Amino acid sequence: MPGSLRQRVLGHRLLWPALALLLLLAVNGVFNAGFWHLQWRDGHLYGSVIDILNRAAPLALVALGMTLVIATRGIDISVGAVVAIAAATAALMIGGALVIKDGVPVHTSRFPLPVAIGAALGVAAVCGLWNGLLVARVGMQPIIATLILMVAGRGIAQLLTGGQIITIYYGPYFFLGNGFLFGLPFAVFIAAAVWAVLHLLMTRTALGLFIQAIGINPAAARVAGLQERAITVCVYVFCGVAAGAAGLIISSNVKSADGNNAGLLLELDAILAVTLGGTALTGGRFSLAGSVLGALIIQALTSMIYSIGVPPEINMVVKAAVVFIVMLLQSAEFRRAARGWIWREAMP
Amino acid sequence: MSGLSRRFARIDPRHLPLLGTVAVLVLTASYGSFAYRGFFSAQVFLNLLIDNAFLCIVGVGMTFVILSGGIDLSVGAVIALTTMVSAALVEHRHWSAAAAITVVLVMGTAFGALMGWLIERFRLQPFIVTLAGMFLARGLCYLISIDSISITDPTYTAISQARLPLWSGEASITVGAVVALAVVAAGIYLAHCTPFGRTVYAIGGSESSALLMGLPVARCTVLVYTLSGFCSALAGVVFTFYTLSGYGLHAVGLELDAIAAVVIGGTLLSGGVGYVAGTLFGVLILGIIQTLISFDGSLSSWWTRIVIGALLFVFCLLQRLFESRS
Repeated sequence: MPGSLRQRVLGHRLLWPALALLLLLAVNGVFNAGFWHLQWRDGHLYGSVIDILNRAAPLALVALGMTLVIATRGIDISVGAVVAIAAATAALMIGGALVIKDGVPVHTSRFPLPVAIGAALGVAAVCGLWNGLLVARVGMQPIIATLILMVAGRGIAQLLTGGQIITIYYGPYFFLGNGFLFGLPFAVFIAAAVWAVLHLLMTRTALGLFIQAIGINPAAARVAGLQERAITVCVYVFCGVAAGAAGLIISSNVKSADGNNAGLLLELDAILAVTLGGTALTGGRFSLAGSVLGALIIQALTSMIYSIGVPPEINMVVKAAVVFIVMLLQSAEFRRAARGWIWREAMP
Repeated sequence: MSGLSRRFARIDPRHLPLLGTVAVLVLTASYGSFAYRGFFSAQVFLNLLIDNAFLCIVGVGMTFVILSGGIDLSVGAVIALTTMVSAALVEHRHWSAAAAITVVLVMGTAFGALMGWLIERFRLQPFIVTLAGMFLARGLCYLISIDSISITDPTYTAISQARLPLWSGEASITVGAVVALAVVAAGIYLAHCTPFGRTVYAIGGSESSALLMGLPVARCTVLVYTLSGFCSALAGVVFTFYTLSGYGLHAVGLELDAIAAVVIGGTLLSGGVGYVAGTLFGVLILGIIQTLISFDGSLSSWWTRIVIGALLFVFCLLQRLFESRS
């Protein structure tokens, strides 16, 4: 892209989300003296920044799936329920019991770990497939199609767990949500890998263009010869799998699966992260890196609210205010009106 | 052509979804009456109305929003905020019940009007505006108090316990249920006998055509969300009578139940087609599923969610069939 470096930086889509994140981190640093302090202990990095990265990983995963769905003019409000279903499936298949083998207590799993993880992701993919078929084949509005799974999904998750919180006793499974690789939390690597693969798919193949085309005008995309329906279904399946992976990380982190509360209101945070990242809810242009930044912003905001010492309940009011501001800034009508107000004030 | 098929052909296709809803209600009610002893009694059916009065009131507001082609996700949160503010005013500030109810009704109406204005003035998506409204209202609840506040005010307890006997005392209903029926009646009148109602249908059918016809689209859009805000606040007042407490976690997920009731009631989500009366039947169907599951006793409560999801699926599928045929 031609233009000076200054123009390229100022015109970059990720400028505002990145600035917002830096601002939040700076405020965090002011209120919490030890915020930037990193510690090397037992071969792992510890610190508030690492904590934000770790906690933002599941949200970033869901937000990545949501970004693609929103890019095709859709929305998936069932991700929270899919998180609960995937977590319940994994917990059921692993179970775990303490067995004394040769005088040493050993944790056992009901099924091998890869099978359990594969099954959980498979169930999540089926959930996504259901959503995708309802949207692309039956032609339901995305919000309603996914509303069905959102309502029924929690019921299914509770059915799987028998209405109980299932505790998992199996050491290797905890690595997903609590393990460290090269000193960093393993969950961060999962989110980063998914982002990298998606980024390559979107920039090195035509898939990114196809998805944008569907979001901008589905009918035109179909006339242009795109497999519009197949791509839409695939996008919903991916969103389901991403939510399933997030469910695995979350359940591994808390070492249990709760059909009622796992991933509660996650869909709203994911939509918020996508919006903050600069993807318009009307479909078309999207930014994967922006959504990851959005997830980090939400987590930094949460940790800031904790560190300032205001009651954490204010979190929701702050989030609401952020949504309102971002929404208004994205509205062409508002920008025109705001320009009008400034101009009128400058006139006399 | 036989007489039966001729009569069937005379039914307006627009009434088919509503007829389907009534048929489902009758079927589930008769199944319950045959399967469970004590199910077929006036009080069981009146309890449907008593236990779901707030859902019914919210549903009427939601019907107008969906008829106009929009959606309102903030209703559950507004109910929670209403219960919280009522409880705080009455218990902590010792206001009279009448003053507290007036304040919360005005507050809910203003809240809806503000969201409607944002949606209309800045062309924002109703979905995201009301989502933010939901966050805001729930957050405000927690600002008042994290814990539940129980209400001991004598006026509130008196209204809460009041029962209106029917059929010479064999059955009775609460004030909330009466309010719900009144709201449904007012909603039917508003939708079918006023210029406002006709404009709502016109906007849902096609907003640009409504504009070209010279209808007050902007004012009407704001009014629709204002009405939904008022209905949510009124439902919150009824909910306060029902539970005698204010709590930030009251009515979580109620917006989904309300949307489900409206859809099951035969209102098309694409806007422009549907009946307020259908929503009443939709609410009754949701209520009767819960009653059936509690009468059965062996089924767990989460089956309610699964059955409601399945019903929602079937009705959405039927809607698509009707749409593609017409």
